[in-house]
Amino acid sequence: MPRTLFDRDLQALQNQILQLGSEVEENLITAVTTLQQFDARTARMLIHADEDINAARIKIGLDALTLIATQQPFAGDMRRIAAIIEIVGELERIHDYVKGIAKISLMLQETPINPALLRDFSPMAEKSREMLHNSLTAFAERDAALARQIPPEDDVVDELYNQIYLQLLQAIMQKPEMVEQVNTLSWALHNLERAADRVINICEWVVYMVEGVYREMDSELEAPPFVGR
Amino acid sequence: MMPNPNSFNNGNLAVEARNMHVYYGNFRAVKDISLKVKRNAITAFIGPSGCGKSTVLRSFNRMNDLVTTARVEGEILYHGNNIYDNDVDPVEIRRRIGMVFQKPNPFPKSIYENVAWGARINGYKGDMDELVESSLRQAALWDEVKDKLNESGYSLSGGQQQRLCIARTVAVKPDIILMDEPTSALDPVATLRIEELIQDLKEKYTIIIVTHNMQQAARASDYTAFFNMDRDRAGYLVEYDRTPDIFTTPQNELTEQYITGRFG
Repeated sequence: MPRTLFDRDLQALQNQILQLGSEVEENLITAVTTLQQFDARTARMLIHADEDINAARIKIGLDALTLIATQQPFAGDMRRIAAIIEIVGELERIHDYVKGIAKISLMLQETPINPALLRDFSPMAEKSREMLHNSLTAFAERDAALARQIPPEDDVVDELYNQIYLQLLQAIMQKPEMVEQVNTLSWALHNLERAADRVINICEWVVYMVEGVYREMDSELEAPPFVGR
Repeated sequence: MMPNPNSFNNGNLAVEARNMHVYYGNFRAVKDISLKVKRNAITAFIGPSGCGKSTVLRSFNRMNDLVTTARVEGEILYHGNNIYDNDVDPVEIRRRIGMVFQKPNPFPKSIYENVAWGARINGYKGDMDELVESSLRQAALWDEVKDKLNESGYSLSGGQQQRLCIARTVAVKPDIILMDEPTSALDPVATLRIEELIQDLKEKYTIIIVTHNMQQAARASDYTAFFNMDRDRAGYLVEYDRTPDIFTTPQNELTEQYITGRFG
């Protein structure tokens, strides 16, 4: 027996998540471009967009709570709504990193940085975006196996992080007067790395949604499940 | 964390069905039920109409004996003995394993006599006033009726009548209280009062409750057993676990479908 109204509302919530997710994906790439191109106008646009993302997060969260109150979901339905509430929070936080990178790009307007230092930000952003995209596909298709494949890819992001960080240190040693700018840039690097970490959280909630077990998927530690039998 | 039903042992077991089948004439109403019920816990039986949950409940205090065509195979172990053994007195079983029904059914007597009745026929020798008061207090009804104990039980509201029936049940000092949809005739406020009440009652008694209301099972019970009707129309036990597990991560697809309202 289908639950037509409830299923329709759940699907609508899921669609809102996917739409929000694709905006976050796009803005993640754009943020790095503003950094590389010293594009103040687009950077300001991204900072402004963060308010819309926050509002969308609140709306999705409240809609999810309304569904709990009116439909009393259990089991798989309940876990799906729990995942929606958690994932929308992660998307909002990832966009905070986007906003952070945009702000840094404004701070670096006055004394532009050697473009060579910014080159490797692109593959790192692209890898983070790809991980985010795949995590949302896993959510939409309730594919726990796909969700499990994503966290190990964070090693690629971490490797790029270390590589770029080393380049930044070398740049400071070569031009100590650039220490402030390069240090500021390192925060953009840090934001990018954290965005990919947040994708791992999304994957954890997808697995919980599908299988009912919440397990940390951070590749550095093999943690026991928090929930489950 | 509450123990898993698989780990119930003699230390915390109230009653246990072992490979129980119940027949009405040639018709097998429930089949092969094996289920351990924990002492001082609330166990809910849920399932679609006709799945045999009330039949299973009634077999725990030989209420099915009252149906002439009913026959029970297998065992119901209570304190290690099968309650269906020939030398067991069903009246004594029903005193120790009491029952509260769907529709409040007070006797056409005063509130006081409704509570005192069971104790009287069991030859209670103690202070009857005290017993009536303590039973009504346990049923969370004392404050509402203490000034009108001689009024008819029928003068009470539906929810109060049901609590009166609970007071009548606890007055004979049972071990286990079986409740067959005890709130289905009550409004939501009276329903929540009964749910609160059974939380208090489990300190002293073991409670098994049949309910059609899944939210009630989720809110009010510690353990939930989901029954279903098989193709041969016999009821069987699908899944039995801690209530939080049943309602967040059921292991059986049928349970999932039933509790998410996508069953059938």
